[in-house]
Amino acid sequence: MTSSFELVIRPRKGWQAIDLREIWFHRELLGFLVWRDVKIRYKQTLLGSLWAILQPLMAMVVFVGLFNRVAKISSDGPPYALFVFAGLVPWTFFSNALTLSANSLVGNEQMIRKTYFPRLFVPLGTILALGLDLVVSLVFMGVLMAYYRWPLSGAFVWLPVFLLGSFLAAGGLGLILAAVNVYYRDVKYVVPFWVQMAFFLTPVIYPLRYVPARLRAFLGLNPMAGVIEGFRHALLGSPANWEMIGASLGVSLALFVAGLFFLRRMERDFADVV
Amino acid sequence: MSTIIEIRNISKQYRLGESAPMYGSLREALLEALRKPWKALRRSSNGRAVQAANDFWALKDVNIEVQQGETLAIIGQNGAGKSTLLKIISRVVDPTEGLIRLRGRMASLLEVGTGFHRVLTGRENIYLLGAVLGMRKAEIDAKFDEIVAFAGIGQFLDTPVKRYSSGMYVRLAFAVAANLDPEILIVDEVLAVGDVAFQKKCLGKMSEVSQGGRTVLFVSHNLAAVEALCRRGVVLDRGRVVFSGTATDAVRYYLHNVVASDSDFETHAIDLGRAPGRPAKCHPLLNRLELFAEDGSPFLGDVQVGRGLKARIYFELDQPCVNFDAWLGFETLLGQRVCTAHTAYEPDRAHEERSGSQSFVCDIGSLPLVPGEYKLSVGLDIAGHEIDWVENATQITITGSDYYGTGVVPTRGAFLLDNRWRLSDPSQELVSDQAALGLEQPGPSMFHAAGQVTRS
Repeated sequence: MTSSFELVIRPRKGWQAIDLREIWFHRELLGFLVWRDVKIRYKQTLLGSLWAILQPLMAMVVFVGLFNRVAKISSDGPPYALFVFAGLVPWTFFSNALTLSANSLVGNEQMIRKTYFPRLFVPLGTILALGLDLVVSLVFMGVLMAYYRWPLSGAFVWLPVFLLGSFLAAGGLGLILAAVNVYYRDVKYVVPFWVQMAFFLTPVIYPLRYVPARLRAFLGLNPMAGVIEGFRHALLGSPANWEMIGASLGVSLALFVAGLFFLRRMERDFADVV
Repeated sequence: MSTIIEIRNISKQYRLGESAPMYGSLREALLEALRKPWKALRRSSNGRAVQAANDFWALKDVNIEVQQGETLAIIGQNGAGKSTLLKIISRVVDPTEGLIRLRGRMASLLEVGTGFHRVLTGRENIYLLGAVLGMRKAEIDAKFDEIVAFAGIGQFLDTPVKRYSSGMYVRLAFAVAANLDPEILIVDEVLAVGDVAFQKKCLGKMSEVSQGGRTVLFVSHNLAAVEALCRRGVVLDRGRVVFSGTATDAVRYYLHNVVASDSDFETHAIDLGRAPGRPAKCHPLLNRLELFAEDGSPFLGDVQVGRGLKARIYFELDQPCVNFDAWLGFETLLGQRVCTAHTAYEPDRAHEERSGSQSFVCDIGSLPLVPGEYKLSVGLDIAGHEIDWVENATQITITGSDYYGTGVVPTRGAFLLDNRWRLSDPSQELVSDQAALGLEQPGPSMFHAAGQVTRS
């Protein structure tokens, strides 16, 4: 029964390094948490994961009617429906990810108060579980493209980069919001509203050319702006503003790293506060 | 044997009061920061120096060493710091000071259903909880059948656990943790739930775990289980270790020095002269009641089931008389008399004429009352008339013990019966069955004939 295992518990102060070894040790738990979230999300629902398609599809129908027909906003090439749906796929993922992950630590209060595991698994697991929805809606995107007979662009190979970008953006903000929500439940009320506002500051329903040139640089600070431009570039072959995309991906990565460290710093008191 | 858990100078501080809002809204935090930027700054730079008056030490300088294969009980009242200590060991919260070295994989037996998800099935929850407790999928696969068998939920394996009875819920949770094969198992107050049969199964599993060379940390209010299961015990009181020794000694220390010091009742020498429990019609002759533990030491308010109690009743006889009796009654808090110790029941009682100050000494060999609180009444009869008595003179607590040697504390009814049970083949005559078992003392009436057969 002798074990080489030794663990030292002592007070931690200030910022801590991310313990990759520990995360690796518990890696299977992350898998189980994702699996759990996938399993329970659509239990006792009639339509199950069809919701992953219906949500952006219904939004698309509304936006086509409202912005394309009434407000006369046009895309930069592809049919407006395709254009909007290509933006809604990552945006729906992002907004669901933020809303669910912000509440994830509080929602798993019992586990956090009683057991130890890397806390970042909870918000990240929630977000990874939404990846299934993202894949389902991407498949539907393919169906739509076939319907409109729009050819898949050669830039398709870039899609994984932008998928990763959307995950980093949602993950970074999700980690921060989840940690703050443990202390201040206001977050729960702020997030949906904030996501709604951010929707209009992100080129989901309008192409980038509608944005005045001098403001476009600022859009690079919006992590989702680059991701959505990237999705359109990869799926529909829309022209890509690489400067903006690069800045935006950089911001996503920075947010993610900041989120990891922030949660690590805050997690010490979770069990007492949650 | 090697040290598997080393706890050195562990302290945990919590901050109380309004000056350090842990909860609250963002607005409050922002307003606070705006109003008192100076203070906020000072607090962040200067840590805990501010507001030391509101600091509360849940644990203070706790030192414990646990050897591999030991079963250690942590005993203490609510708020003594037991749970905080276990939380620190299981890394759920950080200590404020000190250091712990763990040299083995650890798992805690969690509160009912922690880690379970209600809509998932039993099967799914086994995997989920296993993963939460740090098991690999391969390990869970290997242990799966054992877990299901132990929990006894076979046919409900694919039913969502929200439809489980609370008993099934607990069984499943315990089964997963107990079959995890951790080197250190932490059990915190889980045995309070579940039926008796399952409690026994858990205790059995725990002693199996410890005999297998693994280490168990056990926190329970079930002192009988502590004694039955643990070799060592540590008593925590207000965040400090006040006793460390064998489990039996720890239980004794806890009852005498921790619980007893909190009692509101005078438990040793009770003045009956001005006792409020004396009915107005009584002629006050009883002076004083003294209680002693079995070993003759002053009584402290608690006695374990089946242990003894000594009493001394002091009284005055205002005229010479021969025929006087004293008694001591035990009543439940609801006022139901459970039993009476009476001088009239004493066959060797001396009958002589006495007057003036007298005392009776009563020696109760065993108090087999169901654990709980009991009121004591004391009385004096002269010539068969109840002359004086005092109700609720004091209260005593009967605490649980492993009376039957099974680890189960009796809780039903009023008193404990000496009883033996066995399974018997329904088709067999009781006569031969009895013979087979070699019962030595046949009952007085209907089995008498049979008894004669057996004895021959």
